Amino acid sequence: MTEMRRVTAICNGTVIDHVPAGHALKVLRMLRISGVQSSPVSLVMNVPSSKYGAKDIIKVEDRELTQDELDRLGLIAPHASVAIIRNFSVAEKREVELQDEMVNVARCTYSNCISLADREPLPHRLKVVDSEPLQLQCHYCGRSQDIDSVIENLL
Amino acid sequence: MSSDLITMDDLTNDEILELLEQASSLLPVARGESYLPLLQGKVLGNMFFEPSTRTRMSFETAMKRLGGGVVNLGALASSSVAKGETLYDTMRMVDGYCDVAALRHPRQGAAQYAADACEIPILNAGDGAGQHPTQTLLDLFTIMQAHGRFDLNVVMVGDLRYGRTVHSLSHALARFGATLTFVAPPALGMPGDIVKHLKADGADVSESEDLFGNLAAADVIYMTRIQKERFPDEDEYRKVAGIYKLSRADLNDAKESMIIMHPLPRVDEINPDVDGTPHAHYFEQAFNGVVTRMALLCRVLGVEVKT
Repeated sequence: MTEMRRVTAICNGTVIDHVPAGHALKVLRMLRISGVQSSPVSLVMNVPSSKYGAKDIIKVEDRELTQDELDRLGLIAPHASVAIIRNFSVAEKREVELQDEMVNVARCTYSNCISLADREPLPHRLKVVDSEPLQLQCHYCGRSQDIDSVIENLL
Repeated sequence: MSSDLITMDDLTNDEILELLEQASSLLPVARGESYLPLLQGKVLGNMFFEPSTRTRMSFETAMKRLGGGVVNLGALASSSVAKGETLYDTMRMVDGYCDVAALRHPRQGAAQYAADACEIPILNAGDGAGQHPTQTLLDLFTIMQAHGRFDLNVVMVGDLRYGRTVHSLSHALARFGATLTFVAPPALGMPGDIVKHLKADGADVSESEDLFGNLAAADVIYMTRIQKERFPDEDEYRKVAGIYKLSRADLNDAKESMIIMHPLPRVDEINPDVDGTPHAHYFEQAFNGVVTRMALLCRVLGVEVKT
């Protein structure tokens, strides 16, 4: 039996595929997409994937995510594939690129780091020390970061 | 080296050795036996957001011995910090007043943060439980003075968790091939990520809770104070306070050349009866803070020291 299509095609917007299963809500948070915006957002979670076993998919209508926005996803969805949709066709394909440093993506997880002090204006900076597996280090205090805790500290 | 000194990673091994050599040539100036105004007209900002005796005074002495001037942040209660000024704003102000700044701050990463905010060189004089590289320079100088080399058996004792001097020193000694033994109660052991990094860099590192069992083989015993101010509550502090104490009678089996160091202040971890033994090097160590900081100030201000 053919599986019923879970989410309909979109006319214009962005499709983020191959998000690690169960992480779609975190991705929305990282992209600062909340339910209060007027554009429709669809997501499916834990669907079968031949590549990864299971995956999440996100469709954001009427909004083309920029490369800068997508690069924020390197923290939790480094292998996500992104398609920009125009008039129901794929107009562009984009990859998430892991930068050398994540600036203002998340706070340092060490409670006594200077970057967590009230009103200090310099940006939050986490250096990418290694990509596989992902290892981050705070630019200021030098502490290695626990990735799960960093995700809790998203800006 | 970059013009800032935030961690010992800012210096190569050759740069460290060169600095120690320059420091050695400045000894007569540090002792006041000769006057060498290499830094005349230069101003150091002494920015101590935490109490300090030796580090603050030795920076000030170093600058003045070389003919330079010093401005101090002063008591926090009477500064803009008490009014809620950010570190960023305070350091931007100092950037305009001074040619170089030494910074001590209770928060880790403050020195790097200040370096990002300022054009002038920033010297990390201790940031939270992080790094204290100028202490490391004077520690290395003291070891070199006594032994002439670094490939030694160094035993670090006490509060290795919160003690930033041992964090910086262990990294530096490992780079020069020292064998390191960390002696601490489990609650105050060297942080796991530091031990991991040291081992990944190929350092010969072991951990123990036994001070006396490690005395006979030691070339350097580096004692530290259990830092009451870094404990979240007093009960936890009391459990480990006074756990390691060294007195003259304990040193019978020590090597003749073994030196005892301590970043000071001490509480009760070294009995005063050790002070008169040839092993006691902690007061020389404190003096060496002047001469190594003199060499460092010259270097970051681009002033040549003839060796």
